[in-house]
Amino acid sequence: MSLPASDLLGLFGHFLVLSLLAVGGGITTAPDMHRYLVLERGWLSDAQFTTSIALAQAAPGPNILFVAVLGWNVAGAAGAATTMLGMLLPSTTLALWATRWRHQRRDTRGVRAFTEGMTPITVGLLLATGWILSEPSRHDLGAVAMVLLTVGVMLKTRLSPMWMVAAGAVVGMAGWV
Amino acid sequence: MPVPEVAQDAASAAPPHPESPAPGGTPPPRPASPAELFWAFTRLALQGFGGVLPVAQRELVERRRWLAKQEFVELLSVAQVLPGPNIVNLSLMIGDRFFGARGAFASLAGMLAAPLIVVLAAAAVYAELARHPLVAGALRGMGAVAAGLILATGIKLVGTLKQSALGRELAFGLAALTVLLVAVLHWPLLWVLGCLGPLAMVLAWRRSKP
Repeated sequence: MSLPASDLLGLFGHFLVLSLLAVGGGITTAPDMHRYLVLERGWLSDAQFTTSIALAQAAPGPNILFVAVLGWNVAGAAGAATTMLGMLLPSTTLALWATRWRHQRRDTRGVRAFTEGMTPITVGLLLATGWILSEPSRHDLGAVAMVLLTVGVMLKTRLSPMWMVAAGAVVGMAGWV
Repeated sequence: MPVPEVAQDAASAAPPHPESPAPGGTPPPRPASPAELFWAFTRLALQGFGGVLPVAQRELVERRRWLAKQEFVELLSVAQVLPGPNIVNLSLMIGDRFFGARGAFASLAGMLAAPLIVVLAAAAVYAELARHPLVAGALRGMGAVAAGLILATGIKLVGTLKQSALGRELAFGLAALTVLLVAVLHWPLLWVLGCLGPLAMVLAWRRSKP
């Protein structure tokens, strides 16, 4: 639960970069966090990675807090502070600057080209993230069914995601996944 | 979820006007101080299980009427384009609109502080309970749901590509290519965005020739 300062600095630097790459929301950088924390550094296991995200999604508040949980699982409170600050500093600074800048040139061709160009990539990143998060579930028939059921319910009904998360917890406790 | 008094006070302070305020009538309601922003965002963040955005829309637009629907959509579209979590960017922008940088940080702190404590407490407790089979089972089930929620969000957004200025085929192709590079070939995000991003923007720029 603790890392040398040099590793914390590396972690901070990695999340600083990810912050600026998180177009379409923090969750789209999850595949890269997985690559770095699980595959490259071996600081977290696959299951730890996925449950960190599940925990943050089950809890109230912005889902970006999964970043703090990942940091917590890597190196406790210092890890959580490192990943959260790294993740937020660049993007919030940019957002503050951009919201003021935008007032002058909201409908220019350049801004529109950026939006239109980035949309398909953002959608692709979301789908890829869902695929990577389903990794631990794909070896179990019940878990696959739960993933598919969730997709179906979210597409076809107006039920709050909160209820699906609760259903997932119950199904998991019953040992069906 | 019970309604705390704060919201009722805010609602009764403002005259009960219909859809939009009467022309030349009372100005639209606004937060009295950065502290009010902080508490409003804390309240809505704590209600957001599995996503804060729907709650934010209901609280800020429908209940408190600090923003018109149109303004909310505008700010959200910018927040979505910028890097960083959408809801965090959105809260910064709304705070900045009322009280400048002080407001921006008040909303940001409101959005993050209380939920951060809740989620880290949960993570700490989880570490203690990790070996308990019921907890492990619950988190396995929640993990499956988490994957399903993200997949469903992605699938819903695929529909928006039909109206893309890039044209349907090109937009679908770029999305599919992104999935292939990230999920199958495990490319680092930096490479994916660095290669596909500029390509997509140039294509969109050329298609939007006035």
